[in-house]
Amino acid sequence: METADLHIAEEHANEAHEHHEQGFVAKYIFSQDHKIIAKQFLITGILWAVIGGLLSVFFRLQLGFPDMSMEWLRPLLGGWITPTGQLDTEFYLAMVTMHGTIMVFFVLTAGLSGTFSNFLIPLQIGARDMASGFMNMLSYWFFFLSSVIMFISFFISTGPASGGWVIYPPLSALPQAMSGSGLGMTLWLVSMALFIVSTLLGGINYITTVINLRTDGMSFDKLPLTIWAFFLTAIIGLLSFPVLLSAALLLILDRSFGTSFYLSEIYIGGEALPNLGGSPILFQHLFWFLGHPEVYIVLLPSLGITSEIISTNSRKPIFGYKAMIGSMIGIGFLSFIVWAHHMFVTGMNPFLGSIFMLLTLIIAIPSAIKVFNYITTLWKGNIVFTPAMLFSIGLVSFFISGGLTGIFLGNSALDIQLHDTYFVVAHFHLVMGSAAFFGMLAGVYHWFPKMFGRMMDAKLGYVHFWFTFIGIYLIFFPMHYIGIAGFPRRYYSFTNFDAFSTFTDLNAFISIAAVLTFVAQFIFLFNFFYSIFRGRKAPANPWNSNTLEWTTPINPGHGNWPGEIPKVYRWPYDYSKPVNEEYAGKMSEEELANMPDFIPQTVPYSETPETNLPHENDLINLEVKDDEGAIVIDTKKEE
Amino acid sequence: MNQILLGAGIVLLVLIIGLLYKISIMVGVARGKKEGPESRSNTVNGVFMLLFLVIFGAMGWISAYLYFDDYNIPVASAHGSVTDTLFWWTMGITGFAFVVTQVLLFYFSFKYRYRKEARATYYPDNSKLEIIWTVVPAVVLTLLVFYGLNVWTDITSQAPEDAEVVEIMGMQFAWKTRYPGADNQLGNYDYRKIDAANMFGMDLTDKNSFDDFMPREIHIPKGKPVLFKIRARDVLHSVYVPYFRLKMDAVPGMPTKFWFVPTKSTADMREETGNPDFNYELACAEICGNGHFTMRMTIVVDEPADYEKWKKEQKSWLSKNPEYMSQVPAALKEVALISSGIDTEAGKITEASF
Repeated sequence: METADLHIAEEHANEAHEHHEQGFVAKYIFSQDHKIIAKQFLITGILWAVIGGLLSVFFRLQLGFPDMSMEWLRPLLGGWITPTGQLDTEFYLAMVTMHGTIMVFFVLTAGLSGTFSNFLIPLQIGARDMASGFMNMLSYWFFFLSSVIMFISFFISTGPASGGWVIYPPLSALPQAMSGSGLGMTLWLVSMALFIVSTLLGGINYITTVINLRTDGMSFDKLPLTIWAFFLTAIIGLLSFPVLLSAALLLILDRSFGTSFYLSEIYIGGEALPNLGGSPILFQHLFWFLGHPEVYIVLLPSLGITSEIISTNSRKPIFGYKAMIGSMIGIGFLSFIVWAHHMFVTGMNPFLGSIFMLLTLIIAIPSAIKVFNYITTLWKGNIVFTPAMLFSIGLVSFFISGGLTGIFLGNSALDIQLHDTYFVVAHFHLVMGSAAFFGMLAGVYHWFPKMFGRMMDAKLGYVHFWFTFIGIYLIFFPMHYIGIAGFPRRYYSFTNFDAFSTFTDLNAFISIAAVLTFVAQFIFLFNFFYSIFRGRKAPANPWNSNTLEWTTPINPGHGNWPGEIPKVYRWPYDYSKPVNEEYAGKMSEEELANMPDFIPQTVPYSETPETNLPHENDLINLEVKDDEGAIVIDTKKEE
Repeated sequence: MNQILLGAGIVLLVLIIGLLYKISIMVGVARGKKEGPESRSNTVNGVFMLLFLVIFGAMGWISAYLYFDDYNIPVASAHGSVTDTLFWWTMGITGFAFVVTQVLLFYFSFKYRYRKEARATYYPDNSKLEIIWTVVPAVVLTLLVFYGLNVWTDITSQAPEDAEVVEIMGMQFAWKTRYPGADNQLGNYDYRKIDAANMFGMDLTDKNSFDDFMPREIHIPKGKPVLFKIRARDVLHSVYVPYFRLKMDAVPGMPTKFWFVPTKSTADMREETGNPDFNYELACAEICGNGHFTMRMTIVVDEPADYEKWKKEQKSWLSKNPEYMSQVPAALKEVALISSGIDTEAGKITEASF
């Protein structure tokens, strides 16, 4: 609490007109304030999303219109456009690789967790800031450095890493195998190593903050589901990212220092390499030990955000709060013991395949529970369609569509045919790509007023939602057909095979949908940046929400609450709580009609006798005692 | 010039949109339009939810029907028929869950859209419901798991003794294939022996390699078990034949295998698909570099008698590359001459060349 107390002291000093005003650099660049850091993550994430999306537009054009002249891209891509005006085959793979890397790590890990864990954890648990503001700042700047290095790799003559975002060796280990495995791959590895450092610094902070800095009364069973999701995500990341780092280190050793962890019996470029005894499968085990939990690192924060938004805008408590937490813990745990389902047909022992198939399909159960709980939360609600709510409902729809195809792919016998086809592409783009992306957008629309003190335009939000939602289904739904027909992924074109000569119409259709969906994102970009400066001024609690962040000033300063941190008395989902039996007959129609349909976490049970449940009335006595104790502690804090 | 015009056009478009947006806001303010749940937008979005469900539900069904023949590709292996059945069972079960959950999701969104006079039902939990929707998926998934496990165990079981052995090797960017020849034994290999002609790195000190042959396309017999022995010599590749429902990675330094029974000859498939040029194709399914998308090899499924005939016609690699006789140890030269079939062509090749 020391740093937090210092901040308060600083705050008070400012109020006392001693003019310790922070300079621009300390306030906006090397900031240690979690809110600013969150915005830094968000804006960087948005920039990366635009780049990642643009790459996908380019390679979708290639796939949809293989005969199209790409001459118009020459000003941007230069030598990567062949003299005949075609896209270079290797640059195609580079774009696919970078699209994956950027979207998975930079947008949906850093952009999502980095933004919302940073922004919401202190605000929703009632803390002045993160446990370590300095480490938090380092976390962003490591990410920034990592971003810069990854970005530079686009501009080197051998091109960026091109071996797929999974960077399987030997392809990624041998510059002889493809030019992208030269300097481009080195930069990729350095960038990712820095990225992992950033993630770990952030993750330790999130965990520590949630455990130690919760305000009075904010027990774990009163935490909003967002915080539960961020907390579990950080734990998963802390346990899995180091394994990716070790995988990357071994790869660096193989590439530059002559070791043979992943290399054996290779004849390439007219010579037999001396490496013997290594195993490419080892890399795949290490990679997917992170890679699978990574899926949930991407998805869980979105599911947490959605839980909060769906509950708020249905004006109903989230159904099965405990079951939601339980299923997230279940998913988090299982995510560590299912990784080899990515490797059924790599030559791994088939018996291992059986075990991993069993474990993988178990993960469908907690996922199913979550879906049913979301749907039940909507049932008999009084649904307010804010843009955030629309994106949350969209997320649930994607989560269903993409999750169900996981049942095919998790089944090793079916995976033989479906592995590395467009079925897989459709599956993960829906369940983790689009779903997580929608969670992120929902979060931005929902917490924008808290971030910038202004509202985003709702109408533009609606238009953005419907274009994007429909667009994504138009892209990825037909892709299942192409996948069932067996089209392999990462193919530059399908013209070499009779078996893949069908679906030219559908591929073109998908590409058009992809371009339109990408263009629709500019509605969001406009809305976002315009509203930061010119948006309607936000009220204190625009969505009539229960959580703590809405008790801060509209533009919360350093330390979040100007006075004491509020105390928490109840869970965050008391929406539309009915009048209890004792008061049912006593209240007039008018009183009933004017009763607000939400009770913030800061309202003690003693103030709401008309809605308290019997066991909650018993808590009133405890509240009074707690209050006395709390005051003593607080005066100490305030010195 | 075009680019400048294009750029100017885009800027103009953005300005126009921005202007329209501002005007629409001003008009809204002037008319005193409501914001929030009571605005008309809320109802519109609710109705759109229902429209989306109906329209996209219909589009899903129609497209699934229209494209059925395109994606439901013929199956030409024994295990493939089994996995296809499993596939459609899984499709049935997940399809049911898909329809039910999506319909409820969008219908509830529509039905329970905001109404001023309404109040949401406070309904925080129900253990009975939670148990039901934990147990039901668990039971269904258990059934699918055991079904799948059975199939998987069968497919990955040991190949029968009498399986026809074919070695397939992936390299950047082609497939190569090697047959064991008359002795039914593939010769040893050593990657350090690879050169331009000896692409497999065949070890000619092993007598099993003398009669090995390397055709340009793969031939396999219909109705008999075939064992693919798979390896790679540079990076990862993946042996993939869609019609056989067959896929297995080729890994440098770690040979893999896949056995199966082809059930339709190339001629059968030409008849079934109505395409007189039909051929089974071997593709690469693991990213391996620039030419990943070009790694194609033809597979011909023959009637067993034709297959035997074809096999007999093949000449051993050694007989086609007699200069490699120098690598054969002196004690084995005699054997090499006979089993490679060089001696039958002795008239063409003089002793001196060995």
